[in-house]
Amino acid sequence: MSTVTEITGLGSYREAFNKLQQRTPPRQPEWLRSLQQEAFDLFFDTGFPTTRDEAWRFTNVTALSREQFCLPEAGGSRLRPEDLHPFMLPGAACRLVFVNGYFVAEFSDTRSLPSGVEAGSLAAEIDSNAAALEAHLGRYLNIRGDPFCSLNTAFLEDGAYVRLARNTVLEAPIHLLFVSAETDTPSMIHPRNLLIAERDSQANIVEEHVSLRNETFLSNSATELVVAENAVVAHLMIERENRKTFHLSTLRIQQERNANVSSHSILTGAALVRNNVHPVLAGEGGECLINGLFIGDDRQHMDNYMLVEHASPHCSSHQFYNGILSGSAHGVFHGRIIVHKNAQKTDAKQTNRNLLLSDDAQIDTKPQLEIYADDVKCTHGATIGQIDENALYYLRSRGIDESSARELLLFAFAGECLARIKSAPAREYAERIVHQSLPEGTPLFGRGRDVKRQWEEAG
Amino acid sequence: MSLLEIRDLHATVNNQEILKGINLVVNTGEVHSIMGPNGSGKSTLAQVLARRETYEVTKGQVLFNGKDLLAMKPEEAACEGLFMAFQYPVEVPGISNPYFLRAALNAQRKYRGEDPLDAIDFLPLLKEKMRLLEMDERFQSRSVNEGFSGGEKKRNEIVQMAVLDPRLAILDETDSGLDIDALKIVAQGINAMRHADRAIVLVTHYQRLLDYIVPDHVHVLAGGRIVKSGGPELALELEREGYGWIEPALAGAR
Repeated sequence: MSTVTEITGLGSYREAFNKLQQRTPPRQPEWLRSLQQEAFDLFFDTGFPTTRDEAWRFTNVTALSREQFCLPEAGGSRLRPEDLHPFMLPGAACRLVFVNGYFVAEFSDTRSLPSGVEAGSLAAEIDSNAAALEAHLGRYLNIRGDPFCSLNTAFLEDGAYVRLARNTVLEAPIHLLFVSAETDTPSMIHPRNLLIAERDSQANIVEEHVSLRNETFLSNSATELVVAENAVVAHLMIERENRKTFHLSTLRIQQERNANVSSHSILTGAALVRNNVHPVLAGEGGECLINGLFIGDDRQHMDNYMLVEHASPHCSSHQFYNGILSGSAHGVFHGRIIVHKNAQKTDAKQTNRNLLLSDDAQIDTKPQLEIYADDVKCTHGATIGQIDENALYYLRSRGIDESSARELLLFAFAGECLARIKSAPAREYAERIVHQSLPEGTPLFGRGRDVKRQWEEAG
Repeated sequence: MSLLEIRDLHATVNNQEILKGINLVVNTGEVHSIMGPNGSGKSTLAQVLARRETYEVTKGQVLFNGKDLLAMKPEEAACEGLFMAFQYPVEVPGISNPYFLRAALNAQRKYRGEDPLDAIDFLPLLKEKMRLLEMDERFQSRSVNEGFSGGEKKRNEIVQMAVLDPRLAILDETDSGLDIDALKIVAQGINAMRHADRAIVLVTHYQRLLDYIVPDHVHVLAGGRIVKSGGPELALELEREGYGWIEPALAGAR
């Protein structure tokens, strides 16, 4: 249809890519340079996906090609430290702040990190120690299957680099905060994270995307999370950008033998969200929990695309996604499970539950199971409903007013997902954000302290 | 003094008239038992009083504590001191029992202009009532009624009643489906709630409950009307003779 528009749209990416190449640091290794070139060529050849593409059937991104996004300059923002106060995670082990995709040392705090934990800027690591990255960076993300992953790789400059040495256990969360702020023109940012947990290590990572003002952004992040044998990692994605942002993110998880990973996603912001979670259970005995909550209203579009690959025997993956949609919001849950030929004794489960709070809210939910092994257990289920009128009446019959009762039921529905977040600081932080995002009702006991109590009582 | 006054109450569901002129006065300190065969309108009466919106009142008046009950929302009726123990308590996943009950109690306290109870003050109260109903402490960590057996749900209703301390408690077939041990515990919980300032209405199909809770008044409901009222001996008569004798009485009422 709009071939001309598309070419024009991509032309601006060619321009941006050329500009990026001119400013590429001199110590950029050749393997990375050629990976980026390859990624850009792939992107330029394919262009943005269309709804004819099975993986994008329910999500139309043509709005993207109508907008011209520029690359922001590093350090181009005039942020003050107090601008970031609303995004403090109490109890965090460290905080890495990225403004418009670039690491800002003066807003970050890594002083109290224990030995065995490296956390900092990927750009700095490329500059100082690129050879050590070659084994992982770009090895897992599929730049052939997803144009946004190729775009991210083409524009790879900075992001978080976290490495936990063997046997290192860090309970307190590592907070990665991505802030989009103050640009004169619509901008695109492509944060790229590399998170490595070596053998027997343990970590909680919170990756949060926020915007400070109301500018239009293409926020296209990608994370490679490598979890070595017997390591335990929980990753919490919090997305609460402004309503003019197009948010696309991919979490690619590589799990070795007996690795245990939890991926939690709390999505409340942006105009359009595409949340890709792609674990590959590559070693025997791996376990993966894929847990998410999306809360949309107005005309928000929230697409959750899960691709769970069982590549080894005796692994389990459990997906739980809950959606709460009101206004004319459109949600998508696409749960794809691939069980490879040798992945016997796979236990894969998928549950998607949705509450539609208005007539115009919409959900598309689609399981897609591709099973090539013969001794596996795979289940899937989806529900779509409204607030349970019987439960609502029951609460009211005990004296709770209607709007509080509605809020209580919504929070209970959201709480199923929150309760799966084991790290208390991360969970409490997420609870606060969820509570602020729930569509209606007056606070029952006030927000904050008592909300926390509910989970203590529930525990 | 009269706590509940029902005057010529008519109610329909799906345009079918179920209650055809109920008259009943319940005074504080009294325990009333409303008995009757299946389909007589017992549960409908209970649900109308608990302000369930599926029932339409077509005629009549109900005064609760001197106020127009039929103009109240369910939460207002509860805050005014009406408690309904449901025949089929609803499961509410995701909300813990103590959180729910404290939210309810605090909503009622707020209505009465009292300060809310925090979790530290509330939990001992809840524990005491749970002990009375011999409920395992593990119920505390579970969602409201979720995965409870029928008997556990009924006991949980009585725990809620004991915590919320209502002026008028309506118990809709709380005894149905209970084994004898559970029945004794529930009856003991209800008896402990008897008080000069409170009234209790037991809606039941079976006389058995009345072996453990002796009512002051027994009413027989049939065909949407109260066809006979009497003392506790009426319940024994029903037990001996069944509901068969009601049919002629009903014919006479027509």
